[in-house]
Amino acid sequence: MFAYIVKRLISGFLVVVLVSMAVFALFWYGPSKPAQAICDRETSNRCGDRIEIYQENLGYNNPIYSEYGKFVKGIFAGREITFGATTYQCDAPCLGLSYNTKQPVTEELVSRLPATASVAVGGAFLYLLFGIPIGVAAARRRGTVTDKALVSSFLFLSSIPYYLFALLTWLYLTVLWEAPFVSDVGYFSPISDGPLKWFGGLFLAWVALGIFGCTQYTRYTRGAMVEALSEDYIRTAKAKGLPARTIVYKHGLRAALVPVVTIFGIDFGILLAGTIFTERIFEIQGIGWWSLQAVGNKDLPVVAATAMFSAVMLIVSNLIVDIVYSILDPRVRLS
Amino acid sequence: MTNDPNVEAQIEPTEVGANSAETGERDLSADGVEEPHDFYADHEVQIASDYEGHVASRLDPNAEPVLEVEDLKMYFPVKSSGLIRRTIGHVQAVDGVSFQVPRGGSLGLVGESGCGKSTTGRLITRLYEPTGGSMMFEGRDLAKVSQREMKPYRRELQMIFQDPYTSLNPRHTVGSIVGAPLAVHNIVPKNKILGRVQELLEVVGLNPEHYNRYPNEFSGGQRQRIGIARALTLNPKLLVADEPVSALDVSIQAQVVNLLQDLQKEFDIAFLFIAHDLAIVRHFCPEVAVMYLGKIVEIADRETLYGRPHHPYTQALISAVPDVKQAAIGGRRERIRLEGDVPSPINPPSGCRFRTRCSYAQEICAKVEPPLLQIGKRHKVACHFAGELGAHPATPVTTELLGVDDQGNATGTTSPTPVTTGPGYENEWFDLKTKQLTSA
Amino acid sequence: MTSTVSSSDPGQAARSERSGGPILEVEDLTVSFPTQDGPVSAVQGLSYSVEMGKTLGIVGESGSGKSVSSMAVLGLHDAKSSTITGSIRVDGTEVVGLSEARMRKLRGNTVSMIFQDALAALHPFYKIGAQLAEAYQVHHPSASDRDARRKAIEMLDRVGIPQPDRRVDDFPHQFSGGMRQRAMIAMGLINDPSLLIADEPTTALDVTVQAQILDLLQDLQREFNSAVIIITHDLGVIAEMADDVLVMYAGRCVEYGTTKEILTHPEMPYTWGLLSSIPDVQASTDARLIPIPGNPPSLLSPPSGCSFHPRCSFTDKVPGNLCSEKLPALTPAASRVEHLKRCHLANPDAIYQAEVLPEIAPELVEENR
Repeated sequence: MFAYIVKRLISGFLVVVLVSMAVFALFWYGPSKPAQAICDRETSNRCGDRIEIYQENLGYNNPIYSEYGKFVKGIFAGREITFGATTYQCDAPCLGLSYNTKQPVTEELVSRLPATASVAVGGAFLYLLFGIPIGVAAARRRGTVTDKALVSSFLFLSSIPYYLFALLTWLYLTVLWEAPFVSDVGYFSPISDGPLKWFGGLFLAWVALGIFGCTQYTRYTRGAMVEALSEDYIRTAKAKGLPARTIVYKHGLRAALVPVVTIFGIDFGILLAGTIFTERIFEIQGIGWWSLQAVGNKDLPVVAATAMFSAVMLIVSNLIVDIVYSILDPRVRLS
Repeated sequence: MTNDPNVEAQIEPTEVGANSAETGERDLSADGVEEPHDFYADHEVQIASDYEGHVASRLDPNAEPVLEVEDLKMYFPVKSSGLIRRTIGHVQAVDGVSFQVPRGGSLGLVGESGCGKSTTGRLITRLYEPTGGSMMFEGRDLAKVSQREMKPYRRELQMIFQDPYTSLNPRHTVGSIVGAPLAVHNIVPKNKILGRVQELLEVVGLNPEHYNRYPNEFSGGQRQRIGIARALTLNPKLLVADEPVSALDVSIQAQVVNLLQDLQKEFDIAFLFIAHDLAIVRHFCPEVAVMYLGKIVEIADRETLYGRPHHPYTQALISAVPDVKQAAIGGRRERIRLEGDVPSPINPPSGCRFRTRCSYAQEICAKVEPPLLQIGKRHKVACHFAGELGAHPATPVTTELLGVDDQGNATGTTSPTPVTTGPGYENEWFDLKTKQLTSA
Repeated sequence: MTSTVSSSDPGQAARSERSGGPILEVEDLTVSFPTQDGPVSAVQGLSYSVEMGKTLGIVGESGSGKSVSSMAVLGLHDAKSSTITGSIRVDGTEVVGLSEARMRKLRGNTVSMIFQDALAALHPFYKIGAQLAEAYQVHHPSASDRDARRKAIEMLDRVGIPQPDRRVDDFPHQFSGGMRQRAMIAMGLINDPSLLIADEPTTALDVTVQAQILDLLQDLQREFNSAVIIITHDLGVIAEMADDVLVMYAGRCVEYGTTKEILTHPEMPYTWGLLSSIPDVQASTDARLIPIPGNPPSLLSPPSGCSFHPRCSFTDKVPGNLCSEKLPALTPAASRVEHLKRCHLANPDAIYQAEVLPEIAPELVEENR
């Protein structure tokens, strides 16, 4: 088990290295010139010959491997970064300075994490809170009108494009109904500033994300549950004289949860890496929002950092899923 | 099966014959057997009558072997679970088996799950790479040829699988399943494939008009017939049938067994018939080998093996089969009880592998492995105390041959006689009573 | 054979009191399932009974209704998707139409069932001991977890699992096939049931393991004096295990009587077909293997008249088109008692002895003369 985790971490590390290299390559060999974009923005489109200075300052005149080497060194040992006349100290783990704000990327990443984590935790909670019970209920009533109504209405919900769904949520909850407790978009406040404000600021995002996502979980749960309930061991449980509740939950759901948990783990990893649509639509300035901005600004250090961060989140969540899987299903032994 | 009485009328025998004659498939086979006879036309009448009762297959003692397997071994490595995965042991799935399959005859391979009988079948069709030993087929050692060199032999060496539900691709029509080998081996021009497929379906008793249906439209027995048709496509000389009927309903099993018997007779196909059902094997195979933990413990002609088994395991196995005739007497048949389960093939018992469950086992059994000794004209057994049920000798019969005393310690006084474990039978054998080599 | 009859078994005394009539009486049982293509009658007009200490064997192919009828005894069919008529009396109590709550009290307690594939029938995520304990506690609510565990270990020991106190904490996949079936039997017997239904209990097992399991079932039956229904397609198992045998075809009983009678003087061509299509491990090699032609019928569109007539080779011995037009009644065999058969043939035993037996068991013909 331990050896397995170590092995997975090593391969995960290699993935992160590859991701960071790919981002660098994109900036060096990609179609657009990052220095040009930044120069244009900072000089109000009067860049002209100053492009050379920007190229030099940002390191685009150096070979890619030496810049990548500096970047890697910064992660482990920290480094100094010079923009023109100013030299900034960037402590390990240094992911560089944002071209845009000249702030260390690591600090900004950490400061944006609470917002993203808040969205992720609330959304994921709603996935399970609605998805699993409704899925179980549908599976128990398989083939009945209730089941068909649930399945088709959830199918309808999930076939709406997410951004439209999120906008409709906002429109109905805040503009038309003026629901209490719900702040309008862009009012995220950290939980340390009071849980009520935190809750109000995130409520819209949670509802949109949670309800939209739970439709999938309803389908997974229903499918897994229908399969579990048709297994031979369910017939055995019934033949033992167990009450229906025990059969459905202890014997059926226990088995059905395994695939659901697997998908959930991965989904939660994706949520933690930043929900671009949700954060953008509800103006929650988390990691997703930030990475979207960075791409627009050609802000290499931020793009590299957010890409690596998503990779790490996915690798870790995959690993956790595997470990949880081996705990849930005794037949699986990690090796 | 011909459910539809009109089926036979749908294809004119002459038409069928013309097709096969044109394709002349036998000409293309590796050894180029003469007479490009139009098989399927000739034999249609006999094949269609598979509801007639069939008596058990008979032994042809003079048949040349089509396959000779000697000292075949398959060890699957067992890896440690550490960071660096070292090989910490081997599953000795097949450990030095030798036998031969006569041309046009059948050898049965029986034993309980995990004894290595299926692995042996897969080794012969080279689904696995053998660890050691040789498998002579058509003058070549199949254990030594590469997968590419194996290709021409695959035509002559086909396999029928146990589960007719999973061994057929559900997304392919029966026509493309049965015809695929023809296309792969480029034997028949594209426009002739359908004709051949229909002949084959007819041969195995299916309606040839059903070539465009999918496997799920057929019952279990019919699917097994499709699997058989697929195996027949390339006119094999040897069919490895791995539990070909055990997934079928009882009334259907007999249909398929009879079909295989007919096909064997008509097309002179040799069978390695692997099954756990001792009664079916007894009916189909004039010669039977019993495997236990990767080794053959006894091999003999049917009458000897079932009538006078000499190995305690064979005796236990046969006595365990419930017998319908017991109804006339009532109660359970007298049986030899085997306690416990088969030991792990990763770490098999020393000496004789069966000794841990054998009621005759003595010290020698743990020390010296009994050789597979020929004790009759067509009878070999691997037991220190080989004897008929109730007449096992009190002292080991093998001591002089092996140069050991009754406890299995080397005596040094008598030099061990080399014991042959070749695939076939010798003209001289070891007589259990006189403990001397004798001949008929 | 070792049989350890314990006279101190408290259940024994109670049982001998109530053993006035059969423990199970099934009368005119019909089970049908509505499908999109109309109702499918999986079982029709089935009647049989089992007494304490006796074993009934039910034989048939897949789709013959042998499992469906037994599951009906336990009420395992979903009430919404099945229709059950007729009568099933367990120890005098009518269970057709019984409330789910009262039915639950019977299941696993008075009547228990063991299934074919023990690996699939045991829950893969729970320890063997926990599954046994659960079966005990649901009918003994006052039993503590420790009592239940002790009971589980005791039962595992009883069915011959080595080191039961250690193996009780194993998961099903850690057991061998034979041990899993033993554990399944232990679970079936943990509440000392009056009736044990074994649905193909040895089909997936090797012969020597099968012999062990059959020995075990027989020993336990003697010890517990319970009634056993054994469902199988293997006539050999029936011959060695069952006192009575019921042959089912296409949802109906086609032959019913004592095992000795049915297997030595069968009067229904389907039973003949079963006997002639199985090779025998001891038979003469001159015996013929004669398959039953065709396939088992579809229950959606069962054949008219006798369901077996499309596969029967003896219809020409019946006058007119009787076989394809009229369903034969289940009538007593010609000169024998306790033998029912469903066939139009006038003199089936004579035909069997003269035409079938010489083909499939030439050596027996000599003996019978």
